[in-house]
Amino acid sequence: MSNDLPAPEVGAEKLGAVFGPASADDQHDLVQLLTPEGERVEHNEFAFDGDDETIKGFYRDLVLTRRIDVEATSLQRQGELGIWAQLLGQEAAQIGSGRALEPQDMAFPTYREHGVAWCRGVDPLALLGLFRGVDHGNWNPADKNFALYTIVIGAQALHATGYGMGQLRDGVVGTGDPGRDEATIAYFGDGATSQGDVNEAFIWASVAQAPVVFFCQNNQWAISEPIERQTRIPLYQRALGFGFPGVRVDGNDVLACHAVTKAALQRAREGSGPTFVEAYTYRMGAHTTTDDPTRYRLSTDLEHWKLKDPIERVRAYLTRHAGADESFFADVEGEADEVAKRLRTGCRALPEPQILDIFDQVYAEQTDELAAERDAYAAYLSTFSDDHNTAEVVS
Amino acid sequence: MSQTTLSKAITNGLRASMEDDAKVLVMGEDVGKLGGVFRVTDGLQKDFGEDRVIDTPLAESGILGTAVGLAMRGYRPVCEIQFDGFVYPAYDQIVSQVAKIHFRSKGKVPMPIVVRIPFGGGFGGVEHHSESPEAQFAHTPGLKVVACSNPVDAYFMIQQAIRADDPVIFLEPKARYWEKAEIDVDATPAPLFSSRVVREGTDATVLAYGPTMKTALQSAATAEQDGVSVEVIDLRTLSPLDMRPVYESVRKTGRAVVVHEAHTNLGIGAEVAARITENCFYSLEAPVLRVGGFDTPYPASRIEEEYLPDLDRILDAVDRTRSY
Ligand SMILES: Cc1ncc(C[n+]2csc(CCOP(=O)(O)OP(=O)(O)O)c2C)c(N)n1
Repeated sequence: MSNDLPAPEVGAEKLGAVFGPASADDQHDLVQLLTPEGERVEHNEFAFDGDDETIKGFYRDLVLTRRIDVEATSLQRQGELGIWAQLLGQEAAQIGSGRALEPQDMAFPTYREHGVAWCRGVDPLALLGLFRGVDHGNWNPADKNFALYTIVIGAQALHATGYGMGQLRDGVVGTGDPGRDEATIAYFGDGATSQGDVNEAFIWASVAQAPVVFFCQNNQWAISEPIERQTRIPLYQRALGFGFPGVRVDGNDVLACHAVTKAALQRAREGSGPTFVEAYTYRMGAHTTTDDPTRYRLSTDLEHWKLKDPIERVRAYLTRHAGADESFFADVEGEADEVAKRLRTGCRALPEPQILDIFDQVYAEQTDELAAERDAYAAYLSTFSDDHNTAEVVS
Repeated sequence: MSQTTLSKAITNGLRASMEDDAKVLVMGEDVGKLGGVFRVTDGLQKDFGEDRVIDTPLAESGILGTAVGLAMRGYRPVCEIQFDGFVYPAYDQIVSQVAKIHFRSKGKVPMPIVVRIPFGGGFGGVEHHSESPEAQFAHTPGLKVVACSNPVDAYFMIQQAIRADDPVIFLEPKARYWEKAEIDVDATPAPLFSSRVVREGTDATVLAYGPTMKTALQSAATAEQDGVSVEVIDLRTLSPLDMRPVYESVRKTGRAVVVHEAHTNLGIGAEVAARITENCFYSLEAPVLRVGGFDTPYPASRIEEEYLPDLDRILDAVDRTRSY
């Protein structure tokens, strides 16, 4: 079966010779600093600047993020969440990039950036509300500089760009003071790169030289559609056409993701404009808990990618080269158990939304019309005399 | 005859249309191997190939924009928008191009495009997955908008929509995808752009379409137990509206209640109420009432049952019209 778009037939070879190849060989472009076997390797452009303690911290982040994901998945299975968007396999891309951010940077996520949320210090419990159906995301973006989850594919790429333009205008880019300089990062998937919004964001950011890092987790699937349905060239190569650099990094290598994102953010902060980072990874779980990947995906692919697991390689490195012992791993495990327990009990205790509240949340300044609609509904509710707290409802 | 679900009925209708006419194409996100996120296109790619059941890039404006070109080339694209809330990236193409090209070309270029949109809530979705955008399209000249409410209509209406030479926004009540009925495929269907009395009554007329039809029928059954006879009309077509059966009914009952999930303000119900008032003023015993979604964004799903028009709110409105 070929998911490839039909190849041009007429005179393709001849025209190819005149115009050059339509796509480049992408086998050798991957930035990697830690192999799947847990060995550090050098790259001529990017280097990881942390020590073994930092890597231990990353390990903890990776394990806890995976546990949050696994726990939320089982909460969905138990009927506590309506749906959950799993990140299994994408932990390194999220922790590597998330830990490269400074507190003053701004992040614009999709609906899957649970690991980035973790790095920003957003309470994992707050992530559950959207999926449980009690709210649409219950954190203040300004508190941790982490925008609300965005469900409409690609929309946030433009928001990030506009935010970056604001940073430029506010004079917090290129000040020379690392404590003041700001950048913005926009997260999206490979499928999102087909959206008009994402392409418009590229143009905008490029023209404005906005301090934006476009961080694409190419997990190779947009629900059931393989990457070949979205592009014929490696995604990172698209950036050049928009006028900024693109780089492909091993998305399962937390050190490489950290190094590359940090460099891209640095470029943005100093006023050199946007960068496109393609974190090449694989979605090991389903798209969401309602998806059935066996209908379209090969299990051999999954087996292949399991060998590249983002956590195992860090564990191997720490064991072999950083003297991490069993007690270190047991501590992290224990902490993960705690987080999981908190999610379980916390999820069930999330406050139920109240219908009358929705009328007050539509506008900053309430309209008479809507207030009347609210009152009419409250009055209607009060006619159910045997129902709960009617008095409170009418007041 | 076996029972068919509403979603399967659409699959079968699509299949019949594709067999009838080689120009019919199905396109959208995940419609191929996966068979769509609701499995409505299940099996079609296997039978008709990747050229006719096209997994498109993840770009709604692209889906509709290329459909325009394919239609100009003589094809009949049936575009699937995955969920109601994701039609807006395509809104510009639908409203500015699909709707206007026939007019702009002085009738030379038809746009036989069907845009299938699973719409409405009540199934526990996250935001952007439960919206009712019908009024936005019904307000656009050049588009036709229909909503099916049961498997039999779904089977015939999708085929009729595909045969139509105008662009049709085809709304599928996703919360009713699993409703079952027997379908006599040899029956002669009602015309696509017609509304239909589905339950006779004398005391009040309840008008609904799509997902709220089931609720409307349940409320009529409940009212009957209280000795109130409610006539129920399935509007089926929202643009053009087919008002003749409605006027006839209201002249008989003197009372009308319009029900939909969409926001009440400037919704289909407002148009229907205005037309009834203009045409049946002297038959009306009470103002035409609306029962709709509130004028707030769709809420978190834990309270959607309260947001959506339910049995009680419909019965309450019927009571109110009867108390004038
Ligand atoms: C505009 C829009 N169209 C369709 C959808 C439905 N949908 C949700 S996720 C998804 C696939 C996204 O794939 P990708 O961008 O690669 O990100 P991933 O989920 O794989 O991380 C689709 C089609 C949507 N949310 N928004």
